[in-house]
Amino acid sequence: MKLSYLRNGESLALDPERCRGCRQCIEVCPHAVFAMDDGRSSIRDRGACMECGACARNCASGAITVRAGVGCAAAIIGGMLRGTEASCGGSGSACCGSSSAGRS
Amino acid sequence: MTGEKTGFGGVRAQLLAPAEVDRSRKPWIDGAVRVNGRVVPRISTRLSRRDAWGAVKVRWNIGRDSYAVLPGLYAVGAPSPDSPVLVSANYKLSFDTLRRSLAGMDAWILVLDTKGINVWCAAGKGIFGTEELRRRIEAVRLAEVVSHRGLVLPQLGAPGVSAPQVKKAAGWTVVYGPVRAEDIRAWFAAGRRKTDEMRAVRFRLADRMAVAPVELVQAWPILLAAAAGSLLMALPFTSGFGTRLMGTLVPLLGGVLAAVFAFPALLPWLPFRAFALKGAVLGLVWGVASSLAAGVIAGITVARGAGLTLVVMSLSAFITMNFTGSSTFTSQTGAALEVRRGLLPMAACLLLGVGLTTASRLLAL
Repeated sequence: MKLSYLRNGESLALDPERCRGCRQCIEVCPHAVFAMDDGRSSIRDRGACMECGACARNCASGAITVRAGVGCAAAIIGGMLRGTEASCGGSGSACCGSSSAGRS
Repeated sequence: MTGEKTGFGGVRAQLLAPAEVDRSRKPWIDGAVRVNGRVVPRISTRLSRRDAWGAVKVRWNIGRDSYAVLPGLYAVGAPSPDSPVLVSANYKLSFDTLRRSLAGMDAWILVLDTKGINVWCAAGKGIFGTEELRRRIEAVRLAEVVSHRGLVLPQLGAPGVSAPQVKKAAGWTVVYGPVRAEDIRAWFAAGRRKTDEMRAVRFRLADRMAVAPVELVQAWPILLAAAAGSLLMALPFTSGFGTRLMGTLVPLLGGVLAAVFAFPALLPWLPFRAFALKGAVLGLVWGVASSLAAGVIAGITVARGAGLTLVVMSLSAFITMNFTGSSTFTSQTGAALEVRRGLLPMAACLLLGVGLTTASRLLAL
């Protein structure tokens, strides 16, 4: 079953002119957002994008941009309380570690 | 010395017997490998009962902040300089999952210092990142151990690591393997090609339930407040105290338990996309059902039931909103929207509910 969420993929942008068709974005995307279209990558399923930033960081030609961040309410509340960017707390790590089911 | 293996490059990697290794080290180190004059600890691919118990504990948030292994280079099987290098985080649950998946394989494992945090979360923060990878390659002098310049990273490390930068800055070629360690052998067997399935993050029922207990442990202040509130509502200690106590406690505690365990189970079927709204719906259903039951059994009034339902809805919405951090598909944009729009209504709902419940007690409504 495909799970969907609010505002997913809103900040994801791909410049087809700069894409060299290396398929790296397809390799790193955990939600199959991209597909090859005539030798170039294209955004196939924007709504599945959780804006993790893996594609943009690994695109050698800089064709992809996305506003990456952690989709964690506790981190966002923590950021509001500390007056900083949303990030998981340092020592009290609220979420991290809990969401590693079967991952390496 | 128990065995010897000739590397493909003609370099010998020697297997050392456990007795030749410092046994004061971790129990999952079952020997060592000597290669090019270096001694690299060898790890077991079998998990002990202690490893399994450790995994159960961290799922319940016990000792989770210090469940780490020492960063560095490890060997699996009898690796040669040509064997692949797999990169991992130093969260022991991640590390255990990886080594269990490598039974029968010969490989090197490069453990990064991710402060005891799993690959995906650490990559999201950039701790499992380009810089740490470069530093760790230098620190263990990886180039002296292997003859190639390739690294296999878990796919979920990609948000933190830039493969083009690692290539440019350090000269190593990063290949992203499957999301789950259990697919690694199949991935190698298929010539290092991923199927769509290996590339996809899942959030199946079992995945969702595995991360639920942590939420319960983290909800302890709420549980405590619910218990204290129920006690106050049930005072004085006259006849019928127990019934009065249960009339408040069961709806409240049940609501928290529903938010922690029923929510992840029902996630795909609950209406709305915002987790807080899904949680509020769940709270509404439980609140009404349990209030009706408490009305019949413990004789609570309509005002009391409505008050308790409002409290349960707000608590449930808050707990389930925080489940975004354990989920695998929520964006920061959406989660931020949910927090900004949700906190005030939740607080209002809670105050109204507590007020109504208290009034129902004091004014005997």
